[in-house]
Parts: sequence; structure tokens; C-alpha cells
Amino acid sequence: MNWSLSLPEIVLAVCGMGILLFGVVKRDDKTDICSMLTIAALVLCAVLVVGNSTGVAFEGQFVGDPISVFAKLLILTASAFAILLSLDFNRRAHIARFEFPVLVLFATLGMMMMVSAGNMMSLYLGLELQSLSIYVLAAFARDDLRSAEAGLKYFVLGALASGLLLYGISLVYGFSGSMDFQGIARALADPSTASPGVIVGIVFVIAGLAFKVAAVPFHMWTPDVYEGAPTPVTAFLGTAPKVAAVVLFARVMMGPFGHALGQWQMLIEIVSIASMLLGALAAIGQSNIKRLMAYSSIGHMGYVLIGIACGNAAGFRGVLVYLVVYVFMNLGAFAVILAMRRRGLAVETISDLAGLGRNDPALALAMTIFMFSMAGIPPLSGFFGKLYIFLAAVQSGLWALAVIGVLTSVVGAFYYLRIIKVMYFDEPAPAFDRRAPSISVAAAMTGLFTTFFFVLPGPVLNAAAAAAKVLFG
Amino acid sequence: MITMIAFYLFAAILIASAAMVVSARNPVHSVLFLILAFFNAAGLFLLNGAEFLAMILVIVYVGAVAVLFLFVVMMLDVNFVELREGIQRYAPIGAVVGLILFAELLMVVGVWHFSPAISTLRVALTPMAEQNTAALGDLLYTHYILLFQIAGLVLLVAMIGAIVLTLRERTLSRHQVIARQIARSPDDTLELVSVALNAGIPAASFRRPLADPLAEQPQEHDDRHPHIVSGAAHHEERH
Repeated sequence: MNWSLSLPEIVLAVCGMGILLFGVVKRDDKTDICSMLTIAALVLCAVLVVGNSTGVAFEGQFVGDPISVFAKLLILTASAFAILLSLDFNRRAHIARFEFPVLVLFATLGMMMMVSAGNMMSLYLGLELQSLSIYVLAAFARDDLRSAEAGLKYFVLGALASGLLLYGISLVYGFSGSMDFQGIARALADPSTASPGVIVGIVFVIAGLAFKVAAVPFHMWTPDVYEGAPTPVTAFLGTAPKVAAVVLFARVMMGPFGHALGQWQMLIEIVSIASMLLGALAAIGQSNIKRLMAYSSIGHMGYVLIGIACGNAAGFRGVLVYLVVYVFMNLGAFAVILAMRRRGLAVETISDLAGLGRNDPALALAMTIFMFSMAGIPPLSGFFGKLYIFLAAVQSGLWALAVIGVLTSVVGAFYYLRIIKVMYFDEPAPAFDRRAPSISVAAAMTGLFTTFFFVLPGPVLNAAAAAAKVLFG
Repeated sequence: MITMIAFYLFAAILIASAAMVVSARNPVHSVLFLILAFFNAAGLFLLNGAEFLAMILVIVYVGAVAVLFLFVVMMLDVNFVELREGIQRYAPIGAVVGLILFAELLMVVGVWHFSPAISTLRVALTPMAEQNTAALGDLLYTHYILLFQIAGLVLLVAMIGAIVLTLRERTLSRHQVIARQIARSPDDTLELVSVALNAGIPAASFRRPLADPLAEQPQEHDDRHPHIVSGAAHHEERH
């Protein structure tokens, strides 16, 4: 048994329990120490991920390959940023408790399990570990009615989605005779002989995973949860779990179900088109910036699903590149939203941003960069994310998806540009409070990455291409 | 022969105690008969060589679930007489439904058959162990150790979540601080005033209680002046 492959996960789990114990035993204010320890644990884990070898462990239940390394590094980065962003907000919102970083850590562990899953059971357990931690995080401001509502809503709908996923998994297992991804792939090697039961199972698995990435018929929870959850949780929810769920989605569809591409491709295309349309159209009428980000993330997931619908190496590479770009610009945008604080109270409407260009030019510049990037305007990173996705779609002959994708990005550009217009040209609102250093650091780092991605895109592109090669050797 | 006798003994006691569970007037007796039923069912499992199930039945059902029932029955004031009202009235329709269910079950069992190739269709083979406890242990702790550990972490997160979302430090309740009680002297609280005849006690002559030397912790501060403290917090936020 090659257990050393899962060394990063083991170390992270032990660190999580250690930090939990430390937090319980230590009496006085310990949230900041625990947060710093958690960030240190995530960094240590990232080092171990890079240094670890690849292969299969635990009888195929755990896979360490370039895909999982790529996704884990991205997830660990996003989680560390989310904890950094939470420091100041939680203290001011009086929810600074040491369980917050611990729950983020366990959610991260679940996500790492998800991207390393080589078996339906490890897929499900990783997903549940991640979801359960995030349900609690969404309700973390328990005295706030909206936060409690967000947690409850996410929990009930998430449990339903888990049920759908499990039902799909049990059908796939029943008709293919295996829980193992490779075993399922062998059983589906000739899709024409595959029984309808497997296809029904695949549809249910798609439904369960589409809920986790918030793609359109399963997106209903997103705006409410994004709006109600404490903003650092929203920043976390919108980045790391999306990476894990999308990578898992892509791996499951292209790995075990890869031979049955003809059976599920149409389904993913429909989900993708619906997500892009809803993301573009429903965001226009929003006045709350967190709700706007929710619809924006639905739209972005639509673009990512184009890559999955391609079902080939180019599509997979596009998905991974898009995820990198998406995580950084989303974290940056949430850093700016976290800086929206007037007289100690967090404000969330778009009109509150008015006059930011005059009051705080640096913050306004950062927000402009993120919004332009989300709209996909070159040379910012968002453009390259879309570029590789659309290239893959065109190469795979999915013209309709590419055309609709371009059209919806044009529509989506409207509401991103509206934010920029409000910041620079509207009647100024009173200035925000001084922003915390942690927020400035996060906004600056993500802003620099988003702006200068085009200078040195090589490492990300190469790593993504290498990862895509694993499934399409 | 002994197995036979044991089987009929366990089965007869099982059915009799099951009947007593639903017919006993006293709910505590019902629970006690339920425990007896569990024990006899465990005996039947043992006779079939399923010793793990037998142990689980005793440990989990008798040890935890039945005791929990007992607590619920004894703690909650459930009026069982009221629950039993109308049992005579509904008995016939209940019997009909039961009979239909029984007939359907018979039909299902009648046509049910296992695939002849069942032993080759399975992908996860049963480990070749002499006892099923060892076989289960082999699966759980050797082959599926990763999943087992992750499931443990899921439970840990569930526990953290339950504590995070519900545990409140009761700042408004008054704890007993023994050091403070011992440090009190009569002078802190008692004042002897010699009252002049027909004059009464002027209210202003009362001495305010002395500041408590041990009451420096903020939460005790909370106790006495909650409104002032919350006001101060608002004040801080504004700056």
C-alpha cells in the first residue's frame, strides 16, 4: 500500500486536529494565531504536494497525478487567501472564532480528496467533507438571520443534491459492477452495449455535480447563499470548492464516463448554454454586489462547462486554465467587496461604490482590473481563460457553444462595465473606512496576477497541458 | 439437536416478547421486553454464524438505542392511554392492510432468485476469513482505511459544526465564583445605622456597595451593566 502518496492530506488532517486542540485549550483570544497556523499548514501542504510522487494508492481509491497536483495547488492558494481575507472581517463582525480557519482547513482537505478521487466512494466522501464544512461556514454568523438562512438553505439543497449523486453512483455501480473509475471505464468501453441503467446513473451523477458547481438547472441556491453567507465565506465558496468540483466533474466525465461521450455531451452542452445565458441576463438587474457575483459565477461555470463538453485534451486544458484565472480574479473582486465598509458597517450595494475612483484610486483601479478581466477584455487574464475554452470548442466542432459563449460575454460585459462606471462617473458617495492591510495585500497580489498573466502564461499553460495528457495519453 | 432446541427457544421468546412490546400497558415494561427481544434476536444471529451482527445488536441496540428509549419514555410525559384510543376501531382495517402486505411479500419472495453467476459478477469479493468480524475488519481497516478515516473526519466536522452553531457562552447567567464569596466581608454589604426615633432612614445615607476587587473580568462586568457595555461597543465601532 503506497500510503505516502496521500502524505499532504495526512499532514493537513493532523495539523487541523492540532490547531483545533490548540484553540480549545488556549483560553484568551486565539483566532489570529489559529488563522496564521492554518495558513502555515496550507503552505506546508502545498510544499508536500509539489514534492510528492505520482501514482495510485489505496487500491485505486486515491490518485496522485498532474491533474490533482495542479488542482490542489490552486485549492490551497484559494483557501489561504480566503483565510487572509477573513481576518479583519470576522473581527469586526464579531464572529472571530478559531473554528473558522479549522473548518476552512477541513473543507480544503475534502476538496483535495475530491480532486484525488479514483473511486466513487472517495469521490463522495471528499465531497461530503467539503460540503459539510461549508454548510457550517455559511451559517457562521449565527446571530444574523440571513447567514443562518443561507446555511440552512445550502444544507437542505446540498443534501438533496448528495442524494441525487448517491443514487446515480449506486445505479452506475449496479450496472457496471465497479466503484473504481478504471473499472467503470472498462465496463463502459463499448458504450453501444452499455445498459440504459448506466446512462440514467450518469445523468444523476451529472445532476449532483452540477449542483456543486452551481450550473443552471441546479443554481437556485447560489444567489441566496452568496448574499447571506459572511463575505469571506462567500469569497471562499466562490473559489476553492468551484475548483474542486469542476476538476472532479471533468475527471469523472472524461475518465470513467469518457467512452460514453456521445451519451452525455448534449446534456453538458444544454447545462452550459443555460448557465451562460442566465449568468449574463439575470445579473443585469442586481443591485447587491454579492448577488451579482453569484450570477457572475454561474455564468463563469457555464464557460467552464464548455471545456468539459469538448471531452478532449484541449477542453480539459481550457478548463484548468480558466479555473486559475477565475480563482484569482474572483478572490480579488471579493477583497474589494470586503473593503466596502462605511462607519464600521459592511455595505453591499453597487451604488455604494460610487465615487471610489476619487476616494480610493488604488482600490478602484484593482476593482476595474477585476471587472475588465471578468468581462474578458485583453490583455487581462480573463481574456485568456475564455480564449482557450473557445479555441477548444471550435476545435471540437462545438460552434454553437463558442458563438453563444462570445455573445453572452458581450452581454455580461454590460454589468461588469456598469460597476466601473459607478465607481468613476457617478455622484460620489461618502468614502469607505480605511481598509485593513490584509485586504490590500490580497487585492494587490491577485490584481498583479490578473494584470500580468499575459507576460508569463507559460508555466500555467504547460502544467495544464501536462495534466490534460494524463486522461488523454 | 441442541441447536434445534436453542433455535425454538430463542424464536419463541422473541415472538412472545415482541407481542408483549406492543401489548404491555406500562411503557417501561414495553421497553424492557424490547430489550429481551433484541437479546433473543442476537441469539438467533449467533446460531446462524453471524456473530458480528449479534454483537452489534447487543452493543448498539440494547446498549444505546433501548436505553435511549427508556430515557425518553421515562422523561417525556407521553400519554399512552390516549395513543391507544381507537385501537379497537382501527384494528380491522389494520389487519386488512397487513394481510395485503404479507401476500405481496410472499409473491416477491416466491419469484425472487439470485443470478447463478452471482459469485463471478461481484467485483469486491468477500475476504476469505473464518469469521465475519475478521472479514469486516479486514475490509474496513485494511482495504478501505482511507475511506474509513475520511468518514471519521466527516463526523468530526459534524461535531465541530454542531458546537460552533449552538454553543453559547452564557454571559448573562451568574456563575458561582468561590473566591469572591470567600473574600467578602460583612463590611462590604452590611451597614449598621442607628436610626433615630420617628425619623426613618434617609435614602441617601445608604452606602453604595464597594467595587469588587475580583470583578475585573469583562464578562462579569457584562452581568451588572449589560446596557452600558453594549453602548460602549457601539461607541467603539463608530470610531
